[in-house]
Parts: sequence; structure tokens; C-alpha cells
Amino acid sequence: MTKHTPNLKAQKIAGGVHTAHPHDSAHKHVAGSAIYVDDITEPAGTLHAGLGLSGVAHATLKAVDLSAVLAAPGVVAVLTAKDVPGENDISPSGMHDDPILADGKVEFLGQPIFCVIAETRDQARRAARLAKIDYDELPAIIDIGGLEAEKDRQVTTPLVLKRGDAAGALETAPRRIKGRMRLGGQDHFYLEGQVSLAVPGEDDEVEVYCSTQGPSETQHMIAHALGVPNHAVTVEVRRMGGGFGGKETQANQCAVIAAIAARKLKRAVKVRLDRDEDMTATGKRHDFVIDYDVGFDDEGRILAIDYTYGQRCGFSADLSGPVGDRALFHCDNAYFYPHVHARSALFYTNTVSNTAFRGFGGPQGMVGAERVIDEIAFATGKEPLEIRKLNFYDAMDKRAGRDVTPYHQKVEDCIIQRIVAELEESADYAGRRREIAAFNANSRFIKRGIALTPVKFGISFTKTESNQAGALVHVYTDGSVHMNHGGTEMGQGLHMKVAQVVAEEFQIDIDRVKVTATTTGKVPNTSPTAASSGADLNGMAAQNAARQIKDRLIDFAAETHQIPRDQVVFLPNRVRIGNHEISFNELVQQAYVARVQLSAAGFYKTPKIHWDRAKGRGHAFYYFAYGAACSEVSIDTLTGEYVVERTDILHDAGRSLNTAIDIGQVEGGFVQGMGWLTTEELWWDEKGRLRTHAPSTYKIPLASDRPKIFNVALTDWSQAYEPTIHRSKAVGEPPLPLGLSVLHALADAVASVANHKICPRLDAPATPERVLMAVERMKREAAK
Amino acid sequence: MAKTRNEIRFILNGRDVALRDVAPDQTLLDWLRLSRSLKGTKEGCAEGDCGACTVLVGKLTDGGPDGGALVYEGVNACIRFMGSLDGCHVVTVEHLAGEDGRLHPVQQALVDFHGSQCGFCTPGFVMSLYGLWMQTPNPSDREVETALQGNLCRCTGYEAIMRAARAIASYGKAENDPLRVEREAVTARLKALRDNARVEIGEGRNRLIVPADVDDLAAVLEAEPKATIVAGSTDVGLWVTKQMREIAPVVFIGGLEGLRRISEKDGVITIGAGVTYTEARGHLAARIPAFGALIDRIGGEQVRNMGTIGGNVANGSPIGDTPPPLIALGAELTLRKGTARRTIALEDFFIAYGKQDRRPGEFVEKLQVPLPGKGEKFAVYKITKRRDEDITATLGAFAVRLAADGTVAAVRIAYGGMAATPKRARAVEAALLGKPWTEAAVEAAMEKYAEDFAPLTDMRATGEYRALAAKNLLLRFYVETTGTSAPVQVSRYEAA
Repeated sequence: MTKHTPNLKAQKIAGGVHTAHPHDSAHKHVAGSAIYVDDITEPAGTLHAGLGLSGVAHATLKAVDLSAVLAAPGVVAVLTAKDVPGENDISPSGMHDDPILADGKVEFLGQPIFCVIAETRDQARRAARLAKIDYDELPAIIDIGGLEAEKDRQVTTPLVLKRGDAAGALETAPRRIKGRMRLGGQDHFYLEGQVSLAVPGEDDEVEVYCSTQGPSETQHMIAHALGVPNHAVTVEVRRMGGGFGGKETQANQCAVIAAIAARKLKRAVKVRLDRDEDMTATGKRHDFVIDYDVGFDDEGRILAIDYTYGQRCGFSADLSGPVGDRALFHCDNAYFYPHVHARSALFYTNTVSNTAFRGFGGPQGMVGAERVIDEIAFATGKEPLEIRKLNFYDAMDKRAGRDVTPYHQKVEDCIIQRIVAELEESADYAGRRREIAAFNANSRFIKRGIALTPVKFGISFTKTESNQAGALVHVYTDGSVHMNHGGTEMGQGLHMKVAQVVAEEFQIDIDRVKVTATTTGKVPNTSPTAASSGADLNGMAAQNAARQIKDRLIDFAAETHQIPRDQVVFLPNRVRIGNHEISFNELVQQAYVARVQLSAAGFYKTPKIHWDRAKGRGHAFYYFAYGAACSEVSIDTLTGEYVVERTDILHDAGRSLNTAIDIGQVEGGFVQGMGWLTTEELWWDEKGRLRTHAPSTYKIPLASDRPKIFNVALTDWSQAYEPTIHRSKAVGEPPLPLGLSVLHALADAVASVANHKICPRLDAPATPERVLMAVERMKREAAK
Repeated sequence: MAKTRNEIRFILNGRDVALRDVAPDQTLLDWLRLSRSLKGTKEGCAEGDCGACTVLVGKLTDGGPDGGALVYEGVNACIRFMGSLDGCHVVTVEHLAGEDGRLHPVQQALVDFHGSQCGFCTPGFVMSLYGLWMQTPNPSDREVETALQGNLCRCTGYEAIMRAARAIASYGKAENDPLRVEREAVTARLKALRDNARVEIGEGRNRLIVPADVDDLAAVLEAEPKATIVAGSTDVGLWVTKQMREIAPVVFIGGLEGLRRISEKDGVITIGAGVTYTEARGHLAARIPAFGALIDRIGGEQVRNMGTIGGNVANGSPIGDTPPPLIALGAELTLRKGTARRTIALEDFFIAYGKQDRRPGEFVEKLQVPLPGKGEKFAVYKITKRRDEDITATLGAFAVRLAADGTVAAVRIAYGGMAATPKRARAVEAALLGKPWTEAAVEAAMEKYAEDFAPLTDMRATGEYRALAAKNLLLRFYVETTGTSAPVQVSRYEAA
């Protein structure tokens, strides 16, 4: 070990806030030494699970014969619903509609019916195939296309947002358009699939290593299923190989099964899903049918709007209620609606239960808003960007009444005008629009299109109690800092950002701060790392903990040296006490000797927010994050194939905590959003079998799909309107809907076929097939 | 009969390995992770599509006691069987950093340019970029993107990885590269492993055979006519990892020099059944550019390094990418049983879905591919949901020769994804034959597609789209062959 020698002359610490320090695990990532759950050295005698999945979409289970499974080589046990010691339910919404293992009936193809435990994973997987299951099949709802909000079954209570008199204003509007859009779902395709390792302890204890975004929730589910107090269960996660919302509730099933088996067999048990099982048996982003009815004036200003956001929830509620809520919260995107009526329809289907996915319904809400913009633009013959600007919320410094959302919260921090203006300029939108027109006039088969789309994204959990966080900071006697907080690391650099906050607080180099695995044993009752909230909440909690210790150190130094507190100043790696300086390490050592407590638990709760779902009113979001993207595409009108020629993005991360990490979030979020809207297609056959259940058939973007020219920048002038952690803004989800610019650029290229006279109504995902079929429709309608 | 041994021998990173207890369907990935605790190599999909399990496999390129260059290629460890590693050098991510923990240039560049987020795909990217860097120290963006077609990242959006890839050359001293430093020694060690022996391990469902040479293969198959022949395992690998099928006895042919030759004589290219896509690419790109370009869109780099054209044909899939262009070019196939050989037109090999004209004990030995004649126009177009590393929705191959008067003197058009087998568009061909090569004639012929094909709807495309896109490809072919300055296809890259 090399001895630590801090730089005591430094002007600035290494790796403080607002720097571009690399991810804390980057060295381990590239060396292959970062440990994911499946890489943990297994306790001797670890057993492995295989799942038996339903082969039909909806049925009562007539007979389940598992004798051949039990007799297979290496098999130790087979578990069914009756082996669940506590309640056979992992519903995160308290609906009691999410069985761990199917009990008497199955409601989607791929639903786990039993679990086989064997000496090796291979043996477990092979044995799982030997079950003989007799189904009594029932009618199954596979698609939401024909479902109606008024009469078809919904999984939970839908939301209605109302402001003004939409119906009346629609009647009197000079122009009116009704339409419908289909919008596909999305598989998370985290590279690391769902995995849990449960190790039984003494009494009724169990320790579970789980790739989960919500360790506390996983802990509670396990305790509930085992019928033991929460204190018997410890859940730990060092890192995930991607989450994106797919490990918020969907991690629980594997964790619970592993824990049940481990308790029962008194051996460690690992459950790791194969990719096909993962994609078949775990939830995804909801696909939507969006019905819109918009009234507007001849200039293109929206007067009133009525939306129904119908969504595929799958067989259970899971998080579909709040996902549908967030779709409505974003049905305005960045636009003011004088009169609005919007409702969600949370359709029950016999498909896997859909769940959280980066944006949590928000992006789907915005897709509806942007389709409406296109409709108005084509109807009025105006440039879509002009319609967008005409309908923006008032800018924060020029508020004049067009600043109220459909949920009655005022938009106080709107900077979309400036972002769009700067991007329009830097991307040369107008110039390229002219070049594209000239190109298209001379090109028979290849057509180009361009679009510039805005994003306004609300930051906070709409479930108020989730907006709290805890942290635990220890300063050791050598001055090194060990810390934990409630957030989980899934690649977004959260641990790095929180460590930066603590390093900044103590004014010590970042390599003196170590964040270790998130565990329910250190920071309890945490919220899932979701809703882009990780750094906002946990950064604040960690800062709070660090400040407590710092305050004690200041008190100690002031008292010892008989000087006022304000003469104790933390400088890089050192502390000035009166008119002399000592190293941070030395101060810590002295404080220890003087018996000063060097450990603290921190806490934070977001102020201001409240939300009344029944009334559809409240201050749902602490603040908004903004961004805009401009994309240009080429399409082939013979085949529908396309290329993204260029994308320019300007995104608002407030005063970025870490510009490198935030740029990574913007680039990655954009490409993920683009994938959702272009090549990622979930395709169920008529039996309800998901046929795009692996990367061979489900196509996420490749390096060669990203824009040929890709310019991404953060606003260097914005800061959070509210006192967030160092005035930064959340950046996890807001960039994803920047991918909308590609969908609209494709639509623009399609529209050129009919001289921009007809709205292309290009549905998503805009696969080459949908692009070609939209081109064909343009040709047919133009010929009429 | 060749001499036999009952173990496979290879080098793993720095160590010699000899394994007697190895099942024919044992994958390299599971062996690395479970038996060797080398956990840097990850499982993302277990079907060769995501690249998280990418490792390098070094093999000697040609035989002879003195010859033999050592070439490293990225492969998917998840679908690579242990039996295919005899005589190879397997390099995992753990082998890259120095003893002192100093990162390899590829690794350091990824750190400095923020190329990892969750990090799970990262070891695979490291290995793919390293594989590229060894062959092409200063790659263009196109070369990087092509090398990364088989690596999925869900976090970064790839831009940071590209920035790192562009910078690698400025980091590394090639002479310090671990593989460069040890290459001579490894070459010598691999040569020492060559004993021209047949490997036979296990009985029944554990039976695995690596023939000593092609004649030995013929003998093995006569004795084991029901054996599963495995070349690149890019398809058979999934039979095991996804379907858990029993595949024994297995005969591994990927290492047989006698099947890995590509040559040209009298206007005919002969491709041995064991020639990988990567090995064929150079020759095909030079002689039949459209075919060469197609190769870049088959699988990812790892799959191209493993998969063979012979396997793509023998497999008989209706969506294999090479049969349509081979049929359009008039390729022939040579099958061998024992010492007997027969040669048939490739199109006759495909009898029905899942049924090919291959008799028990017979194997595909080679393909003979006539070059397009002077004045013959040839093109192949692949239509997929995602441009790269995707399976064909429809793929059309066109070969047209015009007479002096501008009429169509010969025409062969073949499609994949349109029927139960790769299939000629006979009615379309008939409509074109003898007609002037004009847009009017092409449009008339486009009406004939419905007579040739009634494509199915599945997760890749609807039948309606397949039918429409397929016939539009004929128009594209016509326009491209008649010369136009305006672009006829979208492309990420400047026209070659």
C-alpha cells in the first residue's frame, strides 16, 4: 500500500463538484474486475434456480405435474405457490395482484408457475422443461387496439386532469382535429439480466445480493413473502449492469424466490434469468394508444385539448397507475393548454405486467403532445417549429398567464425559449431546412427530413413519501471517508456524484472518499433510485451528514484554539484554524483523540411538493429540467430504410455536478429514446407469446445507429430555480424524450413525398416498415 | 486412420490447458466463469448478439511445419464450444492489464473518455476494440463501427466509446502490448501442440470428435453419420444455450485447414466449407464488391469471425444471407461422403423448409462461385429492421447480363425471407428475359412478384412489407445499374 500524501498546497481539490471526473468504477469496468451479483464468489454448496413459465396467456391450471422435474438430475427441490411461507404477493402498489408463483391460474404467457432448485444452473434449466402442465384456456386480451376506457377492464383507478372547459372550447374553436396514435413499448435491455443470490443466516435471517434499484422495497417484499420482520432481511447491491427502471419492482421476483428457497433449503440459492426468460417474464415500458382532439386558431395556437392515454398495463397494476399519471403530467410537454381534459386508461391485458422505464410514462405523454403539434402544423401549412414556439409556456422572466399546467402547478422556471433559440442557431436549423428542400426536389428516392423538438420534464416522485433520502458518513482516523446512501448505482454515476458532494464539503480529494455497496443494513427505508432523483435526494442527505461532522470538527477546532467558529475554514485537503493551517487528516486525528464523533447519519426531504390525485391538483414537481434536440434523417422511399444524419442537443442539467457524467446521460438517454421510437419493436403473436425476446429479434441501437454527426452540449448558463444540491438538475430521465426529434424528422421526410400537405401520422416505433407504409399512404392520399 | 488423443489442448491467457473432461456442448463462457472464476467475461444474451462475452481467440492461419501466422479474433464465448479451441490461444480481459495493474491502452482510453457507465458490456467492448487495434491501429470511424456491430451498450449511446476508440492509438506503445510481447512464444507453443491427431473424448451424449484433417472428417462421418457438424457454432450454439438440445456426437470442423481455403481459378472462386465470413471478406470484396459489402452486414464481427459461408449454406435457413447471392451467381456445391464427391447447383440443395439435399455421412466440402461475367450486373440488397447485426426481413440478389442490343440476355434473381427456402423469382426473371432493360419493362416485371412469392408475417416484418420492399429492390437495382448521380440508397458512409 502506498501511503497517502495529500497535496496541502492545492488551489482546488481533485474531483469536487462541477468537474468532469471519471466514473468511480471506470477502472474496474475496463479491467473486468467490477463485481456484479453473478460475479460474487458463491458460498460452498450454492444452489441454482430455474423457472417454469406458463406456456399460455390465460388459463386456469388444471393439473401441474412436476414429478419429472423433481426426478431430473441434480434437482434438490421444486417450489410452487404453496411453498411461500408468507403472502404469495409482490405487488408494489398494495393491490395484491402480483403472485410470486402462479396459484391456480395464469394471466400471461411467461408467468412463473414453479421454481426448480438444482445443484447447477444448467440442471435447473433443463429440469424446468420437464413439467407437464394441463391448462384450461380462457379468452386472452393480447392487444389494446380495440379496448375502450368506458367498458374494458382496468388494473387500477385511472387519473383525470382538468383545467378550464375543454369540451366547450373545442366546440367553439376555429379549427379542430381528432386523431389516434399508436406508440410501442420498450424492453429495458439492461445488459445484466435479473439476478439475486440469497444466503441464509441464523434465526430467520437472510442476506440477499440483488441487482435492484430499490433495495428497501426488495427487503420488504422478501420479509412479506417469508412472513418475517423486515429486520431479518438485508438486501445489498454494489452495482447493477443497467437498470433503466427495469429493476425498480421487477427485481423483486428473483430476490423473493431466491430467499424462499434459501430459507427452506438452508443453502445459498442463486436465481439468474436467461435473456429470453428475462424479456418474457419481466415488465417493460407501456405501449399506448393515444386519442387526441385538439382545437386551435388559424395561427396554430392551441385553444383546447382532450386526450385519452390508453396503455397496456399487463395482467397486474404494478406501477401502471403512477406511470399513467406521469403520462398525463407530460401531455403538455412544454406547451400551454388554455383548456385541457386528459385521462388515462389503464388496460388489463394478458401480457406481462408493464412497469417503470426511464421517463416513467412521461415520454409517452410528450409523444402525444408532439403528434398534436405536427397535426396543427400540417393543417395550417406552417413549419412545426413555429407552432411549437407559439405554444410554449411563458419564459420565466416574461410570465403573463400562460404558465399553468393541466395539474394546476405554475411553471416558474421555463427556459425552453432560450434553449430552443440557441440550438436553432448552433444547428443552423433554418439553413438546413432550405438545403433539405433543395435536396428533396432533386432526389427521386431518397428524401431528407429535419425536426427540432423540446423537452420539459418534471422532477420529483409524485408519491410524496418517496421524496426522502438518508446517508451514512464515517470519517476514519486517517482522514479517509467511507460512506453509504440510499441510492443505487446502475451506471449513472450516482456514487461518483454523491462522493463529489462529500469531498467538496470536507474539501478533500475525491480518492479519499469511498462509497461502498448500498445495503438496507446501513441506510434504511430508502426510496428506489428512480424518477431521476438519485443525486438530488442522496446528494443532499450526504451533504447533511458531512455537515454534521464538519460542524463538530469546527466546534472542536474553535474551542481548542479559542477562536470564533468562522475562523475555522476548510481549504483543499487542509483546514485553516485562526492563522495556521493543518491537514484535514491531522485535524481528524486530533478530534478523534478528543473523543469527537466522526460519524453521522444524514437526511433530506424535498420541500414544497404536494399532490392530490383525486382532485388532479398540486405542486407535483419541485422543478423542471429542459432540453431540445434537432435531428436530420434520410429515408429511402423504396424500402423505408433510414439513416440519422445529424443530431444536435442542448440540455439543461442546471449547474452540472459532473459534466462528463451528465453528457453521458444525455447522449445515452437520447440514443435509448431514439431506439424506442425507431427500431425497438415488441411483437406478440396471436397466442400472446412475445416473439422479440432476445437481441436477435429485439433491436436496440448499435454504434452505427447513432447520429453520423452528434453534437451534445449542456447549457452553461442555467441553474436550478430551487436550492437543489449545488444548483444542479436531475439528468437521468429528461434526455430520453430528446429521441423524439428523430421520429419527427422521419415524419418530416415522409411528409415531403406529399409536399408537406398531409400529416404523415407516423406511428412508433418507426421501423423501416412503418416508414415505407407511411410513404405509401402519402402517395395514395396525394394522388386523390 | 489418424492417431488419436483424448484431450483438447490450448492456451488460456498465460497457461497451457489440457482437458479430458469436456462435454461436446460445454461453452467457453461457462467454463471461464464457473471453472476458472474468470468473471470479467459476462453473459448478456447467450446467443452471440450482445458481445458482453467477447474474448480473443488466437489461431495459426495456415499449416506447414514452419509457416503459420498467429491471428487473434474476437469471438462470442457464450456460443463457442470448448471442443473448437483445440490448438488455440484464448485471451480474456483479465490478461490485458499489466502485472502492476497498469491498464492497457484500450482500457485507459475508455476510462479517460468516459466510455463506461454501468460497465457490464465494457469488457466486451475492450476486447473488440483491442481485436481491432491489433489489426488496424488507426481505424476510421467506419472501421470502428463495423468492429463494434456485435457489441451492445445500453447506457452510453456509444459516442464516448467512439471518442475513446479514436484516441487509442495515441495511448499505446504497441511493443508493450501483452500479446505482442508474447506472440513469438505463443506461436511456438501452439505449433508444439500440433500433432495431427484426431481428438476423441467421451461416449454417447458426451462424445466429441475433432478430426485430424478433412480425410479424417470424411472417415468420422461415415462412422457417425448422425453426428452434428459444428463449424462456427453461430447457430448450433443457440441449439444448446436456448433450446438445450442434445447435439452429441459432435464433430468440430472449424480448425480443419483443408476446409479453410479460398482460391480462384478460371473465373471461379472456390470457398472451402470452413472459410469464415471474415476470411472470405477480403477476396469477395475485391472480386465481387457487392458480396463483400453484404458480409459486413452479417451478424457482428464476432459472428463473422466464427461463422462460415459453408455453414450458412448447409444450415438451410430461409433467411441465411449468403444463399441468395450465391444462387444468383450460379454457385455450385460440392458434397463429400468418404472419398465420393458430387457437385450440384446450389439452388437444388434447398428442397423444403428444414430439408436439404445432404445424405447421411455426407458433408459440404466447398462452394464454387462463378464471378459475374463481363458486362454482367450484380447486386445484393439486405433489408432489416436495424441496419447492422440484424436478421434479414427480405434479401434480394440480382444478376443481369444484357445483350448488345440492350435486351436482357440472362437474368437470375434470388431472395431470402420470402419463402420456405432461398428461392429464385422465376416469374419475374421470365418477364425480364429478352425484354429491353428499361424502367417500363422493370415495372411490368414488378407485377410478377405475386406469382413467385407469398411471404409470411412475423416479428421481423409483415408479408405486405416484404412483398412491397422486395419488388422495389428490383427498381433500385435497375436505377443503380443504369447510372444516376442522385443517391438510390441511404448510407451512413460515403459511397465506396
